[in-house]
Amino acid sequence: MYKKNNFPHQQGLYYPELEKDSCGVGFICDIQGRSSYSILKKGLNILERLTHRGAVGADSKTGDGAGILIQMPHEFLAKVTAQEKIELPDEGLYGSGIIFFPKKSFQIKKCKDSIFKIAKRNKFKVLGYRTVPVKETAIGKSARETQPQIEQIFVAPLGRIKNKLDLERRLYILRKEIENKITALKSKEESNFYICSLSCKIFIYKGLLMPYQVGKFYLDLKDKAMKTALVLVHSRYSTNTFPSWALAQPFRMLAHNGEINTLKGNVNWMKAREGSLSSKILNSRLKKVFPIITPQGSDSSSLDNAFELLHLSDRSLAHAIAMLIPLAWQKNNELGKKIKDFYKYHSALMESWDGPAAIAFTDGKKVGALLDRNGLRPARYIITKDNLVIMASEMGVLDAESKNIKYSGRLEPGKIFLIDTEKKTIIDDEIIKKELAKAQPYSKWLKDNVLSLNKLPKAKANKDKIDLKTQMLAFGYSREDLNKIILPMLEEGKEPIGSMGNDAPHAVLSKRSQLVFNYFKQLFAQVTNPPIDPIREEIVTSLSCFIGPEKNILSQEPEHVKRLYLKQPLLTNEQVSKIINLNQSGFRAKTLSLCFEISKKTNMLKRINSLCNEAEIAVKKGYGFIILSDRGINNRKAAVSSLLALGAVHHHLVKKLLRTKTALILETGEARDVHHFAMLFAHGADAINPYIAFEVIKYLIKNDEVKITFEQAIKNYIKAVNQGLLKILSKMGISTLQSYKGAQICEALGLSKEVIDKCFPQTISRIEGASFDTLTKEALMRHQEAYGQSRDIEKLLPAGGVYQWKKDGEFHLWNPHSIALLQDATRKNDYEIYKKFSEAINNQSNNPTTLRSLFDFKKTKAIAISEVESEKEILKRFVTGAMSFGSISKEAHEYIAIALNRIKGKSNTGEGGEDPLRFIPLENGDSKRSAIKQVASGRFGVNTNYLINADEIQIKIAQGAKPGEGGQLPGHKVSEAIAKIRFTTPGVTLISPPPHHDIYSIEDLAQLIFDLKNVNPKARISVKLVSEIGVGTVAAGVAKGHADMILISGADGGTGASPLSSIKHAGLPWELGLSETHQTLVLNGLRSRVRLQTDGQMRTARDVAIAAMLGAEEYGFCTAALIILGCVMLRHCHLNNCALGVATQDEVLRKRFSGKPEYLVNYFKFIARDLREIMSQLGFRTLDEMIGRTDLLKTNKNINFWKAKELDFSKIFYKPEINKSQDIRCSIKQDHNINQVLDKKLIKLSEAALKGGAIVRDELKINNTNRATGAMLSGKVCSLFGEDGLIDDSINFKFKGVAGQSFAAWLAKGITLELEGMANDYVGKGISGGKVIIYPDKDSTFEASKNIIIGNTTFYGAISGEAYISGVAGERYCVRNSGLISVVEGVGDHGCEYMTGGISLIIGKTGRNFAAGMSGGIAYVLDEDKDFRKRCNLEMVELESLNSMDKETIHNLLHKHYKYTKSKKAESIIDNYDSYLKKFIKVMPLEYKRILETYKLDKKLNVAESK
Amino acid sequence: MKAKKGFLKVKREKASYRLASERVKDYKEVALLRSDGDTIRQASRCMDCGTPFCNWSCPLGNYIPEWNDEILKKNWRKAFELLNATNNLPEITGRICPALCEYSCVLGLNDDAVTIRENELAIIEHAFKKGWIKPEKPKKRTNKKIAVVGSGPAGLACATQLNKAGHAVTIFERDKKAGGILRYGIPDFKLEKRILDRRLDILKKECIIIKTSINVGVDIKSADLIKRFDAVCLTGGSRIPRDINIEGRDLKGICFAMDFLTQSNRAVTGEKYTYSDDLWAKDKNVIIIGGGDTGADCMGVAHRQGAKNVIQLEIMSKPPECRSHKYPWPYYPLLLKTTTSHEEGGERYFSIMTKKFIGKYGFVNKLGCVKLDFKEDAKGCSVMSEIKGSEFEIDADLVIIAAGFLHPEHEGLVHDFKVKLDKRGNVTTDNNFMTSKKKVFAAGDLRRGQSLIVWAISEGRKAAFCIDKYLMQKSNLPYI
Repeated sequence: MYKKNNFPHQQGLYYPELEKDSCGVGFICDIQGRSSYSILKKGLNILERLTHRGAVGADSKTGDGAGILIQMPHEFLAKVTAQEKIELPDEGLYGSGIIFFPKKSFQIKKCKDSIFKIAKRNKFKVLGYRTVPVKETAIGKSARETQPQIEQIFVAPLGRIKNKLDLERRLYILRKEIENKITALKSKEESNFYICSLSCKIFIYKGLLMPYQVGKFYLDLKDKAMKTALVLVHSRYSTNTFPSWALAQPFRMLAHNGEINTLKGNVNWMKAREGSLSSKILNSRLKKVFPIITPQGSDSSSLDNAFELLHLSDRSLAHAIAMLIPLAWQKNNELGKKIKDFYKYHSALMESWDGPAAIAFTDGKKVGALLDRNGLRPARYIITKDNLVIMASEMGVLDAESKNIKYSGRLEPGKIFLIDTEKKTIIDDEIIKKELAKAQPYSKWLKDNVLSLNKLPKAKANKDKIDLKTQMLAFGYSREDLNKIILPMLEEGKEPIGSMGNDAPHAVLSKRSQLVFNYFKQLFAQVTNPPIDPIREEIVTSLSCFIGPEKNILSQEPEHVKRLYLKQPLLTNEQVSKIINLNQSGFRAKTLSLCFEISKKTNMLKRINSLCNEAEIAVKKGYGFIILSDRGINNRKAAVSSLLALGAVHHHLVKKLLRTKTALILETGEARDVHHFAMLFAHGADAINPYIAFEVIKYLIKNDEVKITFEQAIKNYIKAVNQGLLKILSKMGISTLQSYKGAQICEALGLSKEVIDKCFPQTISRIEGASFDTLTKEALMRHQEAYGQSRDIEKLLPAGGVYQWKKDGEFHLWNPHSIALLQDATRKNDYEIYKKFSEAINNQSNNPTTLRSLFDFKKTKAIAISEVESEKEILKRFVTGAMSFGSISKEAHEYIAIALNRIKGKSNTGEGGEDPLRFIPLENGDSKRSAIKQVASGRFGVNTNYLINADEIQIKIAQGAKPGEGGQLPGHKVSEAIAKIRFTTPGVTLISPPPHHDIYSIEDLAQLIFDLKNVNPKARISVKLVSEIGVGTVAAGVAKGHADMILISGADGGTGASPLSSIKHAGLPWELGLSETHQTLVLNGLRSRVRLQTDGQMRTARDVAIAAMLGAEEYGFCTAALIILGCVMLRHCHLNNCALGVATQDEVLRKRFSGKPEYLVNYFKFIARDLREIMSQLGFRTLDEMIGRTDLLKTNKNINFWKAKELDFSKIFYKPEINKSQDIRCSIKQDHNINQVLDKKLIKLSEAALKGGAIVRDELKINNTNRATGAMLSGKVCSLFGEDGLIDDSINFKFKGVAGQSFAAWLAKGITLELEGMANDYVGKGISGGKVIIYPDKDSTFEASKNIIIGNTTFYGAISGEAYISGVAGERYCVRNSGLISVVEGVGDHGCEYMTGGISLIIGKTGRNFAAGMSGGIAYVLDEDKDFRKRCNLEMVELESLNSMDKETIHNLLHKHYKYTKSKKAESIIDNYDSYLKKFIKVMPLEYKRILETYKLDKKLNVAESK
Repeated sequence: MKAKKGFLKVKREKASYRLASERVKDYKEVALLRSDGDTIRQASRCMDCGTPFCNWSCPLGNYIPEWNDEILKKNWRKAFELLNATNNLPEITGRICPALCEYSCVLGLNDDAVTIRENELAIIEHAFKKGWIKPEKPKKRTNKKIAVVGSGPAGLACATQLNKAGHAVTIFERDKKAGGILRYGIPDFKLEKRILDRRLDILKKECIIIKTSINVGVDIKSADLIKRFDAVCLTGGSRIPRDINIEGRDLKGICFAMDFLTQSNRAVTGEKYTYSDDLWAKDKNVIIIGGGDTGADCMGVAHRQGAKNVIQLEIMSKPPECRSHKYPWPYYPLLLKTTTSHEEGGERYFSIMTKKFIGKYGFVNKLGCVKLDFKEDAKGCSVMSEIKGSEFEIDADLVIIAAGFLHPEHEGLVHDFKVKLDKRGNVTTDNNFMTSKKKVFAAGDLRRGQSLIVWAISEGRKAAFCIDKYLMQKSNLPYI
């Protein structure tokens, strides 16, 4: 049953193509190019030290894959071929590589026969094969079971070859042809056939191995004749446990740590480009390499495919990689014009492959590395005095003697680092870029050729008369669209914000005619890569694109930029007219009408088909711009949905290899909401003219609904859409529209296969649904509404009722009726009324809303209710969702905690800390302590004491209502009380970033789980994910990262504030996510290790029963709890204006709060009672028996709603076949590997201090596998002494060496850690009062202030304490610092981002985007080169000169810094204090300053009064 | 969306009325129209709820938060359009609707509800003042003819909607003037008849034919109507009053509220009628049996006619003045309602049962009553019992029975049409408002029994939609 890569075939909700991986990557290289066995040995060492970045499968000895790439070991090969009687040509004149063959000899023969023939055809002679000797016992069981036949091939070219590169090209073509031919066999042979490499320069050993096994398994690697000057290594962490040999890295030219988010688009565009490719060098042979991207490869292997082609078709390594992963050039004001133009030119050639990436690449002679535009992966390197370069995801992977280190550095975002072993030199990024920019006159080419809208001849906007009212009806507008969507965009230039969740029917269940956009859900990044912040990190984003016919990417000519350059993709009526009327310099535009005659129901599909043909003909005729227009509808003609038409045409043109020869532009009346635009771009649109939206704007202005000019209104509207688009791309971690285009970052919910195959191939749609018939019917319903009345009855636009409940609007499950019943039932403690409520929710036969409303239980043998487990047992499984004190009032927050403690369930504190007073039980036995403490991206209030007072620590990766987005608590909501528990200043805005800055990939999450477990070993660690396609795969990775519980949140869940389009359109319901997760975990054999929980509009016992049967052991309630406490769904949470006192901090409004804990207790008891009734009916004695029993669910066929009939839930109900011994619910505990940590020793050593009073001091050695050092000790200190910890410097440890990740995390007060050496990422995260001192090894000779000494994301979420770092920190220093006082000698990009308090003194250079989103605290920066201003983000801060107090502060800090670290830099500043003082700049947040001043004023007034 | 914090700054302003001492001297409207400025302030209290319970509880589904928002923006025209879209008689509901919406206003949970009814009135009166309400004739006529029988709120709403849809509508009214209970049941001090005439005038100009003094079923036979029209809609109301059949009921001086009010209304508007002293309160001891709105209206009229003394008797116990847990929000609560008439004088007694009418010379002059006690049984139902020894008598020269209505009159119209009735004696229809007889529809109190004016309008509108759909296969009329 296993297919390619040994993944299970698609089954149920499991899709093999969603598998993800992430990894550790590194290389070592001798700059002089001296090859030796010792380099190889060192490479293997590095690989081993990266073990913790990889993962172990279900069987503990099988890793996810590891491998090394080395130079062709000719000496060794000559030796071994002699034994095999293979006549090996001279070095460089043959090709060789390892091939994975299928196991059976007849299969091997078949493959070898093919190879022989193809080689002959390509003028190669197969010299022979050699069985690669391996030690099978060195690897794990499942690796052994799937181990291929591993052989090495030798081929020699026939005839003359010009040079090595020429031979390499011929080998490339040979390999591709073999791959394609054997793949085409489509039999068992192909499924296990894989060529690791076939080269005359490099050689690869890899497999399904643990890093330490590589050297042991491949016996060749023990041979001293095995020499190389460079080794590239890779250790893989995949989200699954399915054994795959071929997916191990390195690939042929690169190894990748990260994830390509835009893969679908990139692959499709590459496919489409095959039609226009030609290469002088590869000439006619080029066709043999098609498809360029090997199907079913991983994202990394696809990138490798593209890189290989670009390089072998005559681009240098640096050139090729710069094209694929360009730096963020668009908004970079530090780049030279020439370099910018180089990038701009190449952006006209192809889109970037976007996503977090640390890439190591090589051609065997040059080796290099590059980081993505946002620096989302770590990459550190050292250069030794004996000319070695060691680059890896972290430091300390190779024990280099400190005095041997010449330079310690890090790769910076978008920068390339290259070593040329032939030229024996390191080539700096600056020089590489200069060289690249110089190669061609790019600037001139751009200047001469690029078209811009301004340069196009003037054209009159379409003046066709539009009967607006009718057209609004035809395009499905409602009053809500006008008032709640468009109007706020005009007024604010921003997307509208709303609150609470989505309780209206999915598009496929709605009785109202739905636009096709509504059938799509936005996807988002979670765990395997980070979403980005489109506001604070705007510098990496861009909406600008070249559109129009693209040229051959394998060449470069001036004509390549003869394309239209758009700064943003929304076109005004005038602008689109300019394009429609294009007829100049070879550009012609063709308008295709989306209108069809309504006379026949089949006409819509017919029109779609003919549109494809018309577009194809137009492109072939040379039309470089195709405008798909729905103008011109009338009483006889309706328009095909813009999205259906676009999707169909786009994919048709891709298939015909014509897509890159034209631009697809929409002129549509449909699109108005940000989501609409996003879905059009996601499916390939190049630009959009929303002409009806513009008419509506005119109408609103005319009607005095908004008092601005039309021009301003359009500007605001476009701005709002643009910002919204950036938000949607960035929630997937994509930075540029160009890469998002056509990447299909969405999932369809409720579209049939027929529609998907025709219009949206590759977009996943899992429950079938609307067919073309249905979509046509919906289109005609709208048309009828508009044109169907012959009598002209004056009528308003429909109410809408999607965002607010309306009597004549869309159905909502939370409606006046159900809300009133729930409140009445719980207040009166009346089970009968509860039953009425649950009937109102459960029986949705008239208004199907949720997927589960269409489920039904199968008939089974009932048991007596007395046999069912007690209510008490059931109640323990109930939790409430994460609602922060901040989003809801103190009263509501505490009552929820009291109620849940009474029933022994768990309440969740939400993001934002908890008052320690609540940790103490009340006199009456109640407790306000939240059992679950959340750790969210803002890390507000997350100090050591908070963590140790948790039964469960929940890492919130995403939130149902706005997955992939950050949050913001506006200053006016930050009261004294909130500021206190969040460790911030009242009145200062608090921003939660979209990602956790210490989780950019799955191995990072594993690290955070490890950190938290160290702080509080007793708490279970849970990870909150949101349902979307692929969440199961992510969950499998999370389970492998040792989470104890995984929460799958449905996208319908509520929020205190979120863009309306996110509430509606991002993420999927829990039914899908939960079932997918359960199935995937079961398939992976991981289900028994973790508990599953689900939430997202859980309301009744039936909901709970279904959740249990789909796989959840625990159940979360949120909105229901608020309603019970008084909420009546005003949806005003974001306005701080809750009239019920539930979701507000306003003192006056809070007095109106009327909830009681009893009400909640009543509710949960009702649910438990009701659930027991269901259980007895279904014959379940315990909930445990119910888990995963999808076999007892079926579709309710009694619901006859026309659209619902097309749905198919079989994938949700699928039960994977597994062997009986495997549990399908949690039955074993995770092994957290915290028993051997260094802290165990530290705690022992600290005994005297922990017992009281004594001061402890000790020295120890440390290395990079000692992670989270200090965390467990800190937990211990806080559990003994509370938040205040110990007296400063009570416990002192001095370490020597390279510390592993998370050094000094959550370091408690009273502990001082001193490190002589270096540290990796996450130093001092969450530090809560401790002191950290780090300086280079005393033996080292490099200049600390110019070398990287600590890694990325250090002091993230720091609460308080001190830090003195002699040396430079990586990216994101002090992000979200609340109160740490620190000194450092230089920082990377995004320093002090989102900082809210504390002081950062930086006596060296900073990276770009300094102080973005910084709302509090102060940074002092030594600006020696007078260029700091350029790199500072001035949105929220201003730069000031020092006052006397500042001078004193700096002086004190410098003295301390010198005292602790003996910093030379500090010394020299102190020595020349006066002259240096002038060079300090004070970075002061505006808001913070204003508030400090009011404070001062208040104080003065108080003083005056008291006098 | 911006925060609407008006409710924190502005208090609910009570409706203002003319001084009681002044207003009892005439029949002019007692309520004072609020200024636009005050209305804007009051509208600012609306919170624009995500789940507007007002919109839910209003049978018409008035777009209350939306028009409140437009008032706030001083966009009266828009407010009017929104109001006009769901309500055919806002100037009337704005005056006499019991305002279910206000009882379910979210603000009412812990503050005073928004003055929704008065805001409605302000919008429509603003619109009249600006002349925005003009007869609007349909652009296209369908050549379908429809008869609406009865010109009360259900009939008027139904006719208005059908006319909009292009049908030729004729309203038949057996009284001299159109309006039904609006004209003859509601006293002028609550609804001056010029308000009604203003609306009727517009309807007439919109080409709705109103034929008065024709008693369908008597003057015109049903068969004839069914033949002449493509559809008929019966909206005759629920006019059979609940009687009190006790000793002495046949004495003179005992009348039904509707008869008493009708004579008064005719007198006030100067309509020709035959005066009956038995229906006049001047210098009499007036006893009103029935504690509801109609009883209160009778009280107001009795004051104005110069009654010596007015007493209103209610059989049920005195309802609470604030909402009890029995009637939780957002439902319409049973509350003690003090109307303007109560403020003008007279007395109210609760838990009183009339046992007999005592007369002299064939005229009533006393009531024999007993006090009642109410207890709840195990199920929470109220059980009443007479309190022994609490019997007493009250002087009475005029007794007005205002104990509600049972069902529509069966004589004449209903019998002639031979439509099926339900157990309570109301006309039954299918879900599409069609009676047992094809082409014949029914709406309003005649169909659902005695109810509120908003329900009557709502029924009329829905019936219109169904009739339109029946005639044209589909309807573009709104249906809430």
